[in-house]
Amino acid sequence: MSNQTAPLPDAEKLTHEGFSTGSQGRILLIACGALAREILALKEMKGWQHIDLTCLPAILHNSPEKITDAVRASVEKHRPVYETIFVVYADCGTGGQLEKACADLGVDMVAGPHCYSFFEGNAHFALHDDEITAFYLTDFLARQFDAFVWKPLGLDRHPELAAMYFGNYTKLVYQAQTDDPALTAKAKDCADRLGLAFERRFTGYGDLATTLSRWMDKEP
Amino acid sequence: MSEDDDIILSELDDEELVQQMFDDLYDGLREEIEEGVNILLERGWAPYKILTEALVGGMTIVGADFRDGILFVPEVLLAANAMKGGMAILKPLLAETGAPRVGKMVIGTVKGDIHDIGKNLVSMMMEGAGFEVVDLGINNPVESYLEALEKEQPDILGMSALLTTTMPYMKVVIDTLVEQGKRDDYIVLVGGAPLNEEFGKAIGADAYCRDAAVAVETAKDFVGRRHNQMNA
Repeated sequence: MSNQTAPLPDAEKLTHEGFSTGSQGRILLIACGALAREILALKEMKGWQHIDLTCLPAILHNSPEKITDAVRASVEKHRPVYETIFVVYADCGTGGQLEKACADLGVDMVAGPHCYSFFEGNAHFALHDDEITAFYLTDFLARQFDAFVWKPLGLDRHPELAAMYFGNYTKLVYQAQTDDPALTAKAKDCADRLGLAFERRFTGYGDLATTLSRWMDKEP
Repeated sequence: MSEDDDIILSELDDEELVQQMFDDLYDGLREEIEEGVNILLERGWAPYKILTEALVGGMTIVGADFRDGILFVPEVLLAANAMKGGMAILKPLLAETGAPRVGKMVIGTVKGDIHDIGKNLVSMMMEGAGFEVVDLGINNPVESYLEALEKEQPDILGMSALLTTTMPYMKVVIDTLVEQGKRDDYIVLVGGAPLNEEFGKAIGADAYCRDAAVAVETAKDFVGRRHNQMNA
C-alpha cells in the first residue's frame, strides 16, 4: 500500500505553499495539501493519467474559515483550462459553506465532515458516538504534528499547557493510510507528548478511494 | 536573571503593585499573581476591589491584545491560569464579604463536544465581573441544561461549541426551551470559534459573543435591560 512511485511533494511545502502536478490532463482535482500523497498514490495505482492535482496549503486546516474562499478562487482560476474539476475537501470545519460554494460552482466535493471521517469511511465513522474524546491523526498529520499541533498551540514554548488543551481527551487515534512502522512510532510519540493513550487504526484510503473512483468512472 | 526577578512585590506601593500585577498577568506568572493578591489582602484591600482592579483590569488588557492579534491563545491561557490562581484565593473571601452580584449564569459546552477553553475563560471573566456562574462542564445534553435552569433559575444560559458538527446542538436546546414555553425566561448567549452572529440569530439566541470580554459586556447589557424592564 505504501509503494508509491509518483513523485512525493515535500510535507513542509504541502503545509505552507501547496503543490501542483502541472497541467497535462483534462480533469483537475483541487485538494487539501494534506491529501496530496494519498491522491498521487491512488492516481498511480489506478492509472489515472488524465488527472492533474493542485493542492492548497494544508495549514488552512487550522483556519477553516479561509477554506471556502481559497477553494472558490482556485476553481475560478482553473476553470478555463479544465473540462472537469473536482474538489477533494470534505466539509472540513466550514460549517456547510464549502458545500454551498461547490453547489454554486457546479463542482463535486467529498462527502463527510472531515478527512478523519472519510478515511475511515463516513458510514463507519458516524457510528463513533462514543469517541468524542479521541484526537485523530492521519499519516500527513503524524508527519506534520509539530507544524499543525505542537507549535500553533504554543506547546513548543509552554508544554505545560497540554493539560489545558487536551485534558478532556483520552486517546490519540492514528488513522494509518499506509503501513509504515516509522510513522506509527512517530504517531505514538505524539500521543506520549500529549499524555494520551495510543491506538493505531489502519484505514487505507477509505472513502477517498471510492469517491475518486466514482468520479473517474463518470469522467473516463 | 531578568530585571523582573529583582522586583520585590511587597516593597511596591499599591499603585505600583497593581501595575506590576497587570504585567505579571500579561506574562502568565501565576505565583507572582498569588503573591500580589495576598499582599493587597494584607494591606486591607477588599477582595472585590482586588478582583476588579487588579485581576479583571489586567485580564482586560490581555483580552484587548488578543482581539488585536498581539497575543495568541497560548499567552491568553497562561494569563488565565495566573488569574485563576488569584481567584482561588479570593473566591471564598468574596462569598464571606458579600460582593455585589450582577446576575447568574448557567454555562456549558454542548453535547458531543469536549472543548472547554473558551467556556472556562468566559466563566472566569463573568465571575470577575460579579456574575455567579454555574458551570456544567462539557458534553451536555439538553436534559442537563434544562435541569440546571430549573434548579438554578439563572438570568443567562451560555452555550459553547468548538466544532461545526456540534454547534447545531445549540438549536436543539433553544427549540426545546421554546417548546416548553421557557425561552423568554432566560437570556441565551452562545459562543465558540466556528460560530458567528448570523448563526446566533438563526438558532434563536439573544446574542453571539466572539470572546470572553464581549460575553461579559453583552451579559451586563442584557441583564441591565432586563432589570429596567422589570422595574418599569
